[in-house]
Amino acid sequence: MSTRPLVALAGGTVFGAGLTVGGMTDPARVRGFLDLFGDWDPTLAFVMGGALVVMAIAWRIVPGMARPLFEDGFHLPTRSDLDGRLISGAALFGIGWGVAGLCPGPGFAALAIAPADAAIFVIAMLAGFVLVRLTEGKR
Amino acid sequence: MLPGFPDAAPLDGLVGGALIGVAAAIMLLGLGRIAGVSGIAAKAVGLGGSGMDRTSALAFIIGLPLGAMLIAVARGGVEASFAGPVPLIIAGLLVGIGTRIGSGCTSGHGVCGMSRLSVRSIVATLTFMAAGIATVAIMNALGLEVLS
Repeated sequence: MSTRPLVALAGGTVFGAGLTVGGMTDPARVRGFLDLFGDWDPTLAFVMGGALVVMAIAWRIVPGMARPLFEDGFHLPTRSDLDGRLISGAALFGIGWGVAGLCPGPGFAALAIAPADAAIFVIAMLAGFVLVRLTEGKR
Repeated sequence: MLPGFPDAAPLDGLVGGALIGVAAAIMLLGLGRIAGVSGIAAKAVGLGGSGMDRTSALAFIIGLPLGAMLIAVARGGVEASFAGPVPLIIAGLLVGIGTRIGSGCTSGHGVCGMSRLSVRSIVATLTFMAAGIATVAIMNALGLEVLS
């Protein structure tokens, strides 16, 4: 067995732990951050800040690496253009995020905390993936 | 404790955020990939998305609740209040459709892209944050309480 799935499992596990420590598996906390004009809870900004600092360092390590530790090469997005799909997709996502206080990562992580609630969200999200795939075909 | 915000958890936020950053760094430096949950999830279920192999995509997604469970056990449970089934379904559909059309979510655009100073990711993040803030403000103005 390749080491890649084990590295991915480690990445996902640390990611899920971080989401939970940071309170992001609690929709009330996430909606509290989005409630900017009401009872604002800035916790999500600290989560984002902590993650951005670590990843800013990681990005500075990349140029000095010939290849990733467990993969033949880097496979990173190269696009820099702005288009309607990016904006409209992000807007739809943001509305859904606001409605229930869940985005994809916390949705999956919450399967371990409130399985029934999280499963409804995750199944609906996967249905959304299917709808886009059916409407647009393979992109 | 943050002055003026008695409910905020800044220290847990920073520590949790740093762990998320470490996780994204494992994916970047280990596998040369963006830790974008929506793209990886699409790959895991065979609907396009991330270019990583499907087994790794599935392993990453399985890790998310595994990590959450470890923290929940270590802390003797974690707080969480969820919306009812109807808002969860509406939200899930919008999040699923929006993240596929917009090529990413809070992790891919928000954490990985913004830290790389990607213009697309910065614009996407500002857009979904503004949309989320507007949605909560409108729902509050209409008296729509979704969380139990």
